[in-house]
Amino acid sequence: MIPVTIEQMSMRFGAVKVLHDVNLTVQAGECFGLIGESGSGKSTVLRCASLLQDGWRGRAMIGDTSVRDMSVAQRCRSLQMVFQDPYGSLHPRHSVRTVLSEPLKIHAIGDAPDRMRAALRDVGLPAEFLDRYPHQMSGGQRQRVAIARALILDPKVVFLDEPTSALDVSVQAEILNLLMRLRSEKGFTYIMVSHDLAVVDHMCERFAVMQHGRIVEVLDRDAITGAGAKTSYARELIGASLAYENAL
Amino acid sequence: MTMSDTSRATDARRAMPQSLIALRNICVFLARTPTSAFGLIVLGVLIFTAIFAPLIATHDPYVQDLQNTLAPPDAAHFFGTDELGRDIFSRLVHGSRITLTIISLVTVVVGPIGLFMGTVAGYFGGRVDTVLMRITDIFLSFPSLILSLAFVAALGPSLNNAIIAISLTAWPPIARLARAETMTFRKADYIAAARLQGASPARIIWKSIVPMCLPSVMIRLTLNMATVILTAAGLGFLGLGAQPPMPEWGAMIATGRRYMIDSWWLVTFPGLAILSVSLAFNLLGDGLRDALDPKQMMKR
Repeated sequence: MIPVTIEQMSMRFGAVKVLHDVNLTVQAGECFGLIGESGSGKSTVLRCASLLQDGWRGRAMIGDTSVRDMSVAQRCRSLQMVFQDPYGSLHPRHSVRTVLSEPLKIHAIGDAPDRMRAALRDVGLPAEFLDRYPHQMSGGQRQRVAIARALILDPKVVFLDEPTSALDVSVQAEILNLLMRLRSEKGFTYIMVSHDLAVVDHMCERFAVMQHGRIVEVLDRDAITGAGAKTSYARELIGASLAYENAL
Repeated sequence: MTMSDTSRATDARRAMPQSLIALRNICVFLARTPTSAFGLIVLGVLIFTAIFAPLIATHDPYVQDLQNTLAPPDAAHFFGTDELGRDIFSRLVHGSRITLTIISLVTVVVGPIGLFMGTVAGYFGGRVDTVLMRITDIFLSFPSLILSLAFVAALGPSLNNAIIAISLTAWPPIARLARAETMTFRKADYIAAARLQGASPARIIWKSIVPMCLPSVMIRLTLNMATVILTAAGLGFLGLGAQPPMPEWGAMIATGRRYMIDSWWLVTFPGLAILSVSLAFNLLGDGLRDALDPKQMMKR
């Protein structure tokens, strides 16, 4: 288990500054949520910290090492990401076997067949799925494959970019429980972006509320029901979500 | 142990047919549409004729018979004879080899170059894109026949130089197409995932981007073949492609032109051959476009 720290992260796209000095401390083995409206910069934090997006200022540390100082191989093996849309995050012409064996080939890890089977077993898919293509699987199964792809390099930290928002409700619960189980089994540190407060409530011990590229407030899980938010924006956002859920 | 053995055996059985099944599906699809079926048949006939040219030809295409010049079509000479008494049918049959050589060599050269330039420019973007695309623009800014004329004029007229010249003018549209395709999915999550797994740009381009570009590039190449045939025939007609006495179809029309009024068969048959082959490639390309449409692939 390893902590993640983000210090003074700022990012601009042209004239628009999308992140303003974001600071986050995520403890080892914690599941940390990031919530906010669309465009508040939640996903950008993950994309910057994973170096998918470059050109930002500040530091992102995994343990004691900055992600910029890690070698590519080291970074890949400490940090992986699960994306929002399982329809877009799997290559339409790659079979599950290709998806899972590529990272093993890149990092010259032996024992590929066993590792691939183990990864599929971890996410609750039978080994026969190795020969399936994305269009032969349901959304939930695809997301499981995407999670298996993130697991196969044995990372310490997994970024979850709205991992369930493209799935329907019953599948959402399955995937969330799977992610919870994997965390307790493998001791991952999660940072999860979501705009669904119920998901955050289910998964995360703590979460940060973001607005216009700033962290407005960092709250505990209890703050959702216990109205522990101090800033007006966080209170408003939580109130709106709860009202919406009650209306359902 | 036994379990992994059996699963490995099924791997081998399944990995191989996947591409074969796709190929069969495409062929079945093409054969079902009348127009692309026509294209397939003409292409089949062309390849068959090229392979078995010496067996199909009734005469030697180079042997002259000055006693029997400009003879109209009859039982001995199906398509008549030309101004030197050579059998036009046999010359057409042997000419199919030249046509096929030109098409295949140009395609083999143009496909990889276009794909490389396009995917690299599209994936990296920025300065790389600007440099590669301006080079492409330079080639695109000339009419292709004029540019190939200039190349052949500089290199000297011969069949090989014609092939080089045509290749030089045929790759930019492919590069453009591959770049446009690449740009639509370079930001896709599966590319991001590949980057997070430490894949090098070369690996991402080869393994993730090229397979996505390939169908449209194949379609474009097939449609291009018609143009290639016409350009080759045009160069031959202008005397800059295949040199006499080679039985190249365009060159045959060029020499037959002088006798066209009295001996119509000299230009008609090579003309029909060029027409049907280029039409066939156009129809086949159209059919491929339908067959390789990703939405239709999903259904199968």
